[in-house]
Amino acid sequence: MTLSDADAIAECLEAVVRREFEGCTHISGLRRLASGASQETWLFAADGPHGSERLILRRAPGGERQHEMAVGLEAEAALIALAAECGVVVPPLRYVLKREDGIGRGFITSFVAGETLGHRIVRDPRFAATRQHLASDCGAMMARIHAMPKERLPPLRRADAGLRTDELYRRYRSFSAPRPVFALAFRWLKENLPATGSTECLVHGDFRNGNLIVSERGLEAVLDWEIAHLGDPIEDLGWFCVNSWRFGEIDKPAGGFGTRAQLCDGYRAAGGTVEPGHLRFWEVLGTLSWGVSCAAMVETFRSGIDNSVERAMIARRASETELDLLDLLAETD
Amino acid sequence: MQDDPDPRAILGSISRLLRDTLAQDLPERTRFLLRVAANAADLVGRQLALEPGYDAAERRRLSLLLGSEGSLAEQNARLCAAIEAGEITLASEELVAHLRATAREKLAVDQPKYSAYVAALRRDEAHTS
Repeated sequence: MTLSDADAIAECLEAVVRREFEGCTHISGLRRLASGASQETWLFAADGPHGSERLILRRAPGGERQHEMAVGLEAEAALIALAAECGVVVPPLRYVLKREDGIGRGFITSFVAGETLGHRIVRDPRFAATRQHLASDCGAMMARIHAMPKERLPPLRRADAGLRTDELYRRYRSFSAPRPVFALAFRWLKENLPATGSTECLVHGDFRNGNLIVSERGLEAVLDWEIAHLGDPIEDLGWFCVNSWRFGEIDKPAGGFGTRAQLCDGYRAAGGTVEPGHLRFWEVLGTLSWGVSCAAMVETFRSGIDNSVERAMIARRASETELDLLDLLAETD
Repeated sequence: MQDDPDPRAILGSISRLLRDTLAQDLPERTRFLLRVAANAADLVGRQLALEPGYDAAERRRLSLLLGSEGSLAEQNARLCAAIEAGEITLASEELVAHLRATAREKLAVDQPKYSAYVAALRRDEAHTS
C-alpha cells in the first residue's frame, strides 16, 4: 500500500459517504487493517454535525483482483445481507460499491466492536465466561447458515466432499516434491468419502477462530464469506476443529475454546444433523487443505511472485499439518 | 575452512537485532514483519544444527521400510507411490512410526512450540519416566 492509494480511496470514499449516508459531511481516520491478505479491510469514520460513526470498507486487493475460489465482492455482500435476515450475526451491510464510485469492487459495513485475534479469544481472561458457551453458539450459527434459503442465494461454486478432495489432490500433484503424509491422507479421504445426496446447502467455507468477532457477551459477527459455496454442511464444522485454528489450545478441539460435543450439540439444537464419523472426515480434509495451502507457498516463493519472509514462513507451516493428520488418522472411532 | 563466527552465531545476532528493534515504537505491521524475520533467522539456525542428523536418520528409516537405497527425494517419491498404490497402508506400524518421526523432525526445525509437537514430546516423556 502506498500513501497515494489511501489518499485516492479517501477522496472517492468521502464522495460516496456524503451521497449515501445521511448527515455525513466528511470521513476521517482511514487506515488499512492488518488482517486479510486476499482482501483489503479499511477502517474509517463517517463524520457529520450529529456525530461520528465507524465503518468498514472491504475491497478486492488493488480494487479489482480476485482469488479463483472467491465468490466476488458483490455476491459476498448479498450473502451478508441475507445472512442477517436469517438470524446470523454479521456486520450490517450498508452500501455496495458501484463502478462509478472509483474505488473498485467492495462494500461498506458497520464496524462491529470486539476481538478478532484467535490467540486472545482462546486465552484472554476477559473471555473466560464467553468461552463456556462460544462453541455451542458457533454450532448454532452454522446451523442457521446451512438453513439459508437456497433459492435466494447468489450464484455459487458447487463443491461437495468428492469435488473438494479432487481439487485438493490436483493442487497437491502440481507440487514438485511429493509428501508421504499427504499421500496417506488423500488415500484415507478417498476410502472414507461420506455418502452424498440431498444435503447440499450453503457452506460458509472459512468459519473458524480468527474470522470471528467475539466480545464479553459472546459471538458478535461471522466474517470472511469470500469462499462460500454450495456443498456438504459438515465441512464448516470440520474446518472449525482443525488444530491450526485452536491457537495452541490443542485439548479444546472446537476453535480452541470448546469440545466437539459442545459444537455438535449447539448445531443440533438449532436444527442441524451431524454424525462423528462425518465430522472426522471433514476435519481430516480441512487439515489437509490447510497443509496443501501452506505447501503451495513453496511454489509461490520460488517463482518470485511473492518471495517475502512472511511467505517462506507460511510455507514452513505445512509440517504442522503432517503431525496433526497423523494424530487424526490414528484416532479410532 | 571458513573463519569464525560460524553461521549459526551470526544468525543469532541477526535474530537478536530484529527482536531488539521490536522494542521500539514502530507501526503494528512493521513490528509483525520484524518478528516474522526474527523467527525465520531462528528457524534457519535450527535447520543448520539439526538437518544433517535428521536427514541421516530419515534415510536409514526409508531404506528399512522400502528395502531400497537412494537420495531422500527419490526414496520419498517411492514411498508416496507405494502409499498411493495401497501397497503400504496405515495398518503398517513401521510406516506410521516413520512418518511420525519425520514430521517431528520437521517441527523441531519449523515450529518447536507447535501444540501437537509439544504434546507428542510430553507423551514420550510420560512413557519413558
